[in-house]
Amino acid sequence: MMGRFVNTRTLPLLATVVVFVLIYAACAAQYPTMLGLRVMGNLLTDNAFLGILAVGMTVVVVAGGIDLSVGAVMGLTTVALARLIEGAGMPPALAFALVLAGGGLFGAGIGAAVHYLKAPAFIVTLTAMFLARGCALLISTDSIPIHNAAYDTLAGAALALPGGGRLTLVAGIMLATFLAGGVLLHGTRFGARVFALGGNAHFAQLMGINTGRTTILVHAFCSLMAALAGIVFSLYTRSGYALTGTGVELDAIAAVVIGGTLLTGGVGGVAGSFIGVLIQGLILTWITFDGTLSSWWTKIAIGTLLFAFIAVQRLILVVSARYGRPGAGPTAPSPSTRPRPSPGAAAPSAP
Amino acid sequence: MASPETPVTPPPVVLAARGLTRQYPGVRALDGVDLTLRAGEIHALLGENGAGKSTLINLLTGAQPRNGGTITVDGVEIDPDGPGGAVRAGIAAVYQEITLLPNLSVAQNLYLGREPTRWGLVHRARMNRDGAALLRRFGLTIDASRPLSDFSTAVQQLIAIARAVDLSAKVLILDEPTASLDTAEVQTLFTLLRTLRDQGLAIVFVTHFLDQVYALTDRITVLRNGRLVGERLTAELPRLELVAMMLGKAPTAESHLGRRPATAAPSGTPLVRAQGLGRRRLVGAFDAELHAGAVLGAAGLLGSGRTETALLLFGVETADQGELIVDGKTVTLRSPRDAIRLGFGFCPEDRKLDGIVAGLSIRENIVLALQAKRGWWRRLPPARQRELADHYIKLLDIRTPDAEKPIQLLSGGNQQKALLARWLATDPRLLILDEPTRGIDVGAHAEIVRLLEDLRDRGMALYVISSEIEEVAAYSDRVLVMRDRAPAGLLEGDTITPAAIVNAIAADHQTKGAA
Repeated sequence: MMGRFVNTRTLPLLATVVVFVLIYAACAAQYPTMLGLRVMGNLLTDNAFLGILAVGMTVVVVAGGIDLSVGAVMGLTTVALARLIEGAGMPPALAFALVLAGGGLFGAGIGAAVHYLKAPAFIVTLTAMFLARGCALLISTDSIPIHNAAYDTLAGAALALPGGGRLTLVAGIMLATFLAGGVLLHGTRFGARVFALGGNAHFAQLMGINTGRTTILVHAFCSLMAALAGIVFSLYTRSGYALTGTGVELDAIAAVVIGGTLLTGGVGGVAGSFIGVLIQGLILTWITFDGTLSSWWTKIAIGTLLFAFIAVQRLILVVSARYGRPGAGPTAPSPSTRPRPSPGAAAPSAP
Repeated sequence: MASPETPVTPPPVVLAARGLTRQYPGVRALDGVDLTLRAGEIHALLGENGAGKSTLINLLTGAQPRNGGTITVDGVEIDPDGPGGAVRAGIAAVYQEITLLPNLSVAQNLYLGREPTRWGLVHRARMNRDGAALLRRFGLTIDASRPLSDFSTAVQQLIAIARAVDLSAKVLILDEPTASLDTAEVQTLFTLLRTLRDQGLAIVFVTHFLDQVYALTDRITVLRNGRLVGERLTAELPRLELVAMMLGKAPTAESHLGRRPATAAPSGTPLVRAQGLGRRRLVGAFDAELHAGAVLGAAGLLGSGRTETALLLFGVETADQGELIVDGKTVTLRSPRDAIRLGFGFCPEDRKLDGIVAGLSIRENIVLALQAKRGWWRRLPPARQRELADHYIKLLDIRTPDAEKPIQLLSGGNQQKALLARWLATDPRLLILDEPTRGIDVGAHAEIVRLLEDLRDRGMALYVISSEIEEVAAYSDRVLVMRDRAPAGLLEGDTITPAAIVNAIAADHQTKGAA
């Protein structure tokens, strides 16, 4: 029953897994130490913030949107935390709650603007990106180190893994976020609404879904994840800096797309995004091991991979439309491509 | 007919809509329309394009706000403020275009927004089980966990109906449900609808297939131009009378438009001759002869295939059977450009959608087709453009202060004349017009008709498609009657009367949709 599990939807994810295994095998063959849990543990820790961002981004992209502001929100969070804990002497727990609430509200505002102004998410979140980055730089243009006993404890907390590896707290938060994101997207009514919204917002509305509420919640969740990523990054670096996370929104989008989530919305999941993050981390680790290459080669490798994945996804759609089961092709991606049966047959909403 | 014996007292009223009105800027799309739906009845809602069927449905489902009137369900007044509100009141609609989500599973589509949950999470296994069980009651045995896009349009439609009935089992509105189904699928659908009717559901059935109306429905409401024409029992309404109600013409009435003295039917070699021209799934093989200085009219109801004949003659669609002979030579039209090169012109049915370029000036709209014919690198000199525009504005009496006004500011009739001017500027030998008098006021009707007669007398061949039966009868030398996407007759000379055309459209024949 291979056909039951391999279809248009699972094939991109499967391709991602295969690519990951191939890259990992190539790395391990060249540098056997990369096989160990020590390297894997570091991989998770170093990419914890990116993973958390990718969870939020996956939900937004599945809903048919995009969020370009997550890097800036993350930067704003780190500098706000540093100012609250260092400057105002606030206990870290309270500061965390404050920035998470702020992040959620900020995202709700983005969602409201997208829904009520009927503005493209691309433009709204671009605006939000400038806004958040500007606020961050207003707080401080310098990097602020955080000296706090509780902070040091949290940052150092780790679970010992066999083979000298460590599963740090931030890596654990990242893994928990992926689990929670998976349950939210695939196990709850809210998740079903996110998929419905991304499939066709108008139809979802006709089927009784409150699309406004869903859009607001989706963006609130994404910005909440960005704030959480900011907390994790500030634990990781024990400082706050306004220019943190410049451009990471694009890394997050890359991880989501490599993970098999369609940018057109309605298809995808967080499991693929997790592997997308790992692939990016793995390539960077390999370049570090090699030592002779510039780290910017990571960007070139990711760009090439991204292009290959988009081309493969397109190919899968075209091939399944041509040879697939009846109705699997043209009806699936866009209802508007269906040939109109007669000019007299007006669309249901036409007056 | 499968309907049960007509009861002495009519079944109880489920939904009563009174005086529904919907005003758009400049147009009253629906004007004081009543609709009464009874339990256990299938109710046909009929009318030509622009009759107000879609608007009425949109008001019932809350997709659009109404400007007046009341809706009561089971005696309680409701005010649906959106699809959700209407569903809660017991009204659900299924459209021709499947408005389900192809990226979700069948079960997810059935239970979207009301999924069964366990410990706060969606109980997927139970949802799939319930979904499969629900669909079995609708005659579908499928795996509900599979994506919706795995299934054919017909199955998706049944799933949409299952969802709608499961959500709210009082009123089910079906908007053109059979338009994209084949005969066997239509039968499956009808069997299901009869079962639902016998369970006491009130069903609204919108279609333009009259055979299906008589095969399935118990009662008919006819709309025309946003107004209620009447409500009748299907069994007591002869087909001829129904067509007359839809077209707004009493079949026996004398035409108020004078018919010019009968001339000899055009003879000699036709300019264009279509022999068995047709395209699978578009329109059945039809014959047509178009002579210089003569008008071929095309009549038929909405969806009869009348517009499709024009699409084939102008190369918008390519014929896959029969042949087209122009000037004695067989030609194949692969695109409108081929047709324009042969000297054809085409004014389409929907001015706003296919015709005018709203933002451009009258002058730019008029020279568009001529410029396209010359090729874009040989631009018409501005002086020549102005000269052409002024010439046609004067000739066709287009009411505008000057040629540089955006065309969207003109009235419907004047827009139609500007469109006509666009094709006249190319000096066509054959002009195809689809509904040239649609949506323009009555005074302008006569002007357009006079213009057509003028063009004919100057030696142009005309092919005019219209649902204004009296006008077709007045100016045509021959009339091609279409029905169910195939030719249903050709009237010539003195036999062309409004009554004869209505007769030909309504003529009873082997009912395809009957059980």
